[in-house]
Amino acid sequence: MPSSRWLRRGPLALVAVLALLLSACGDGDAADDGPLTVYSGRNQELVGWVFEDFTAATGIEVQVRYGDTAELAATILEEGDASPADLYFAQDAGALGALEAAGRLTTLPDDVLDLVDPNLRAPSGVWTGVTGRVRVLAYNTDVLSAEEIPGSVFDLTDARWRGRVGWAPTNGSFQAFVTAMRITEGEDTTRRWLEDMLANDPVVFSNNTGALEGVARGEADLALVNHYYLYRFLAEDPELNVANAYLPGDIGGLVNIAGVGILATSDRQEAAEELVRFLLDEPVQSFFAQETDALEFPLVRGIDSPELPSLESLDPPQVDLSRLEDLQGTLELLTEVGAFE
Amino acid sequence: MRRGRHAPPPPTAAASGPAGTVTGMERRPLLSPGVAEPLREPPEAPAPARGPRAVVGTHPLVWLPALMVAGAMLLPAVYLVIAAAELPLARIVAIVTDGATLRLAGRTLLLAGSVTGASLLLGVPIAWLTTRTDLPARRFFAVATALPLVIPTYVGAFTLVGALAPGGLIESWIGWRPPSPYGFGGAFIALTLFTFPYVLLTVQAALRGLDPSLEDASRSLGRGPAATFFRVTLPQLRPAAAAGGLLVTLYVLSDFGAVSILRYSTFTRALYLQYRTAFDRAPAALLGLMLVVLTVIFVVAEARVAKDRGGQFGLRGPGRPPPRVPLGRWRVPAAMLTSTVVLLGLVIPVTVIAYWLVRGVAAGEAVDVALGAAGRSLLVAALGAVAAVLAALPVAIWSARSRSRVARLAERASFTGYALPGIVVALALVFIGIRVATPLYQTLAMLIFAYVVLFVPQAIGAIRASLLQVQGNVEAAARTLGSARLAVLRRITLPLARRGALAGGALVFLTVLKELPATLLLAPTGFDTLAVRVWSATEEAFFTRAAIPAMLLIVLGSVPLAVAMVRERREVG
Repeated sequence: MPSSRWLRRGPLALVAVLALLLSACGDGDAADDGPLTVYSGRNQELVGWVFEDFTAATGIEVQVRYGDTAELAATILEEGDASPADLYFAQDAGALGALEAAGRLTTLPDDVLDLVDPNLRAPSGVWTGVTGRVRVLAYNTDVLSAEEIPGSVFDLTDARWRGRVGWAPTNGSFQAFVTAMRITEGEDTTRRWLEDMLANDPVVFSNNTGALEGVARGEADLALVNHYYLYRFLAEDPELNVANAYLPGDIGGLVNIAGVGILATSDRQEAAEELVRFLLDEPVQSFFAQETDALEFPLVRGIDSPELPSLESLDPPQVDLSRLEDLQGTLELLTEVGAFE
Repeated sequence: MRRGRHAPPPPTAAASGPAGTVTGMERRPLLSPGVAEPLREPPEAPAPARGPRAVVGTHPLVWLPALMVAGAMLLPAVYLVIAAAELPLARIVAIVTDGATLRLAGRTLLLAGSVTGASLLLGVPIAWLTTRTDLPARRFFAVATALPLVIPTYVGAFTLVGALAPGGLIESWIGWRPPSPYGFGGAFIALTLFTFPYVLLTVQAALRGLDPSLEDASRSLGRGPAATFFRVTLPQLRPAAAAGGLLVTLYVLSDFGAVSILRYSTFTRALYLQYRTAFDRAPAALLGLMLVVLTVIFVVAEARVAKDRGGQFGLRGPGRPPPRVPLGRWRVPAAMLTSTVVLLGLVIPVTVIAYWLVRGVAAGEAVDVALGAAGRSLLVAALGAVAAVLAALPVAIWSARSRSRVARLAERASFTGYALPGIVVALALVFIGIRVATPLYQTLAMLIFAYVVLFVPQAIGAIRASLLQVQGNVEAAARTLGSARLAVLRRITLPLARRGALAGGALVFLTVLKELPATLLLAPTGFDTLAVRVWSATEEAFFTRAAIPAMLLIVLGSVPLAVAMVRERREVG
């Protein structure tokens, strides 16, 4: 057995090799002219190409750390002033609001802010939406027709929906929606709605993807989800028996954003601003408006999606998105009513 | 100690020498403690380390690195204390005594206890079947039953839902609706399937190291195969089974993937909710500390069960293949048991993944070959395994070869990171790393360090179990025969630890392959692994793109298992 010699001399040799390897990788600290560092809570599959195109167009190198939106926000909070991140790309407004509340973000230039509807960016100007994501009711087309879908989430507490509604209370988008409901409808109404929903025996899923799969399987007849998951599923299975129903004017049809903010601690402010402009420029906005894998609502005025209704036609509820960061209250409410049990 | 005192040197003498020598040594009368070593106690070891076990256990080259490793493993706990200290005392009391928190604790304990029990009931017999019997396709089953370990629990749970849920693949293909996969039952089954290999692999390693002569004796004295297994083999496997069981228990405590998808609320699920929803680390940290307390309970319980019974056990010498127990009429039921495990833990997930691939390709989706990510996965898993074994050696040797209370504390402290959810350890190292090791922050070095903090107990447990199979008086004997302590360490203790080091290294390798939270936050920016690819694709419902990285993960995971097989064949043949 040759491994005995390995054991006698191996550890030392291995330590040496490891040390070499690790020291070779150890000099990753960004100099002033180093690459721009982006923390992206948006998925590589969706936005990876944008950063590559940006580098091709401007010559500015970009390093991207992909992860969960909330976990990356928590990381930036833990990193504090030493954070290597220059730009944070979040999947929802709440995470941007949390960074804003901790003083981690810096004000964006006016020419960038002017591109986007004031409702879909921070009133303070420290973050802006890039694309819109709308809460919908996804329903099983074998069981329901479009006319049968209620126009408000408040109708879902009716006995006729008992055991038929899917939701994902642990999911960030759902919690953002509940937070919005607390803001517009008040704490008591929200609590009552949650309690009535729970009494109506909802089908619980862990996230939007699971909920949509569940609707397709018939575990639930309809579910509260974000609009775009449907298009991912349709790309892989064009025959899928699920459709989206919008909820114009209802809090259940909340328009949330995927957005960006520049870190106050970044020493690459200008390059980061370049990237924000690039994200709000016509090619990127049009891509999101058309690409079936990533079909989202363009936020820059004058660009419309051929596939999606216009945002105006959805009569989105007026919610100050930066207030969506009060998620602790939502978490406590959901815990108290027993939505996580 | 010279080779050949009791047996002619085997052909591959260089390697098997120490192990071979041991076989003859461990039953000899103990040497008197006084002869062993006039030891100078390290200040950290208050309990007098009397007796022969102390020969290598008290060498500074053992306890000094061991203390350093244990200290490093406590970093996440330090962070949790700092973070939880932000809470006012009244709030702490309110959270700790809250009925909801206590219910969570109960649910968590129920799940961890049941999964551990089931893992032992599955893992020990399957380990025996796949190493000691004439089970059909034995080598295939030895690898295939362990492979569910490389499937990340969130992928495994997701595929189980896809297959078993109402309207899922099984119902639509064969028209029969299986029991619902949700809730306690589903979480219990998924976690058992995907973690019982921890018991399987540690017990397999122990079985391969056992001296079969005891079993021979038992059989020659008229005991049947079953009685021999229960009366002779099983008691010798207790330390390994307990070590594997503890790995399962603590894995369940820290799991988020399965419990979130299968909708069973545990401590870790609540903790993730805090982090992901509220960006408020303080309540999450308090939950984390409560999880640490639960860990202490389990670690102490394991120590009771696995109480050192060195000296009763023998170690197999070279050239003595253990006899294959003929299963007779039990061959078919045994094969059915292993087949069922492979079906549920491997075939169903792989089938669902293959289905994603076929469905997506048919719809014209691009596939992601992910060879670069596979290379990076291999790199970090190999480095993580080597680093974890190196860190584990001093802790395991100290704990197995000294009576010092501090040694046992150091060993137990190393379980902290393993029992905590990955996100907690990752954020702790973000917080500490960026402040005290700034140049190393988000480098490969820090990532490997994180893997060691997370997974070192897997290596410690395996190494310690292999050392406990042989009493420390072997080392004492060598010492009295004139070897320097360092030479004893190098020529006897380390070779004895080899089997455990390989088994532990393999466990760490398999676990690193699927690790996600620390990789996402601490890897060099832009460094993605197969697990990251799978997560990234499934998170956004790009199942086709997840398929190939998921398959590659399983292929890479089978490498160390296949290597272990080949080694076994060579040793036996």
